[in-house]
Amino acid sequence: MNHATSWSFREDDARRIQLVLAQFLADSGARTALIVDRTGQLVATVGEAPAFDPTAFATLTAADFSANDQLARMLGEPEFGALFHQGERESMYLADIARRVILVVLFDTRTTLGLVKLRVRAAVQELSSVFTDMFARDGRAAPKMEPGLVGEAEDEIDRLFGGV
Amino acid sequence: MSMINYASREINCKLVYYGPGLGGKTTNLEHVYQKVAPASRGKMISLATETERTLFFDFLPVDLGTIRGFKVKFHLYTVPGQVYYNASRKLILKGVDGVVFVADSQLERMEANIEAMQNLYDNLAQHGYDLTALPFVIQYNKRDLPNAAPIADLQAAVNPGWVVTDPARQRALPDPYHEGEYLVSVREGQWVERAPWFEAVAMTGEGVFDTLKAVSKLVVKSLG
Repeated sequence: MNHATSWSFREDDARRIQLVLAQFLADSGARTALIVDRTGQLVATVGEAPAFDPTAFATLTAADFSANDQLARMLGEPEFGALFHQGERESMYLADIARRVILVVLFDTRTTLGLVKLRVRAAVQELSSVFTDMFARDGRAAPKMEPGLVGEAEDEIDRLFGGV
Repeated sequence: MSMINYASREINCKLVYYGPGLGGKTTNLEHVYQKVAPASRGKMISLATETERTLFFDFLPVDLGTIRGFKVKFHLYTVPGQVYYNASRKLILKGVDGVVFVADSQLERMEANIEAMQNLYDNLAQHGYDLTALPFVIQYNKRDLPNAAPIADLQAAVNPGWVVTDPARQRALPDPYHEGEYLVSVREGQWVERAPWFEAVAMTGEGVFDTLKAVSKLVVKSLG
């Protein structure tokens, strides 16, 4: 089994990330910060709870970032480290973290793109070191579940997909 | 390859439906969407063209419930079948935990099936994954059509098997889904393994959940 991209996210990781993001939100005046991994899974949300479906949002964010990554390569750039989508009231700013996860910042007219960009730099730097540590750790020990979970999950699969 | 989030106590697994254009990948997801209890699934997202051809992907999250304190979720994706969209097909395979290959049973789509299978193998390899080591099942769709090829022909073309080199795995493994058949067996003097396969008519839902059940169980096993 190829565990090249396996990783686990622990409670102390969550706490470190929350601290960084809470500080960033306070400094920048942005509303919400989300961490999404490149495969489209939501890792963490800090700030105002979003009104949208976060799972769908995470999937589309990862797709958006990946598609733009390919566009960058076509232009001869190794990547676009950040993306900005501007709306009339709501805007979003996306930044790469350690090539594995994406920081998504949601903000409205209460702040400015300039301030968000200014403050995001420090947050990206801090988060990069947090995630780099996490990936190094999981590279040594791929996450495994306790044995009983597999049997119970199989029963659930039968229940959910079996009776339809 | 899955991510285990100990903070939110979630395990998310990514399943990708792959295969030639108009083979029924989106139809598989639509059937799952319609039949799974609304409380156990999220919104289905389709990034499609105006003519309903998949442009980037379809996405459907299915919630398996809480098991031993962990919320286990399957994220089902389809890729665009058209070769034209290969760049986006490749992107969707990133971080995949399990693959369903939806083959089109029609005789005239045999070549398209083989091409798509090769393309799947190549695109996975570019991400550093080995198809033969991944949870992987094949679905022969459109079995109800009069021009559907015999299963034996489809198996020979799409699922010829790969050579088993690990001595520990070189023993006969019965196919749990087809009596009297084997997933691992000796053929022409070599140990060969084939992917589990299912017949389906995705339009009516026949075989859709058999396929999904089989690949989900393989994925869950790979976590243990």
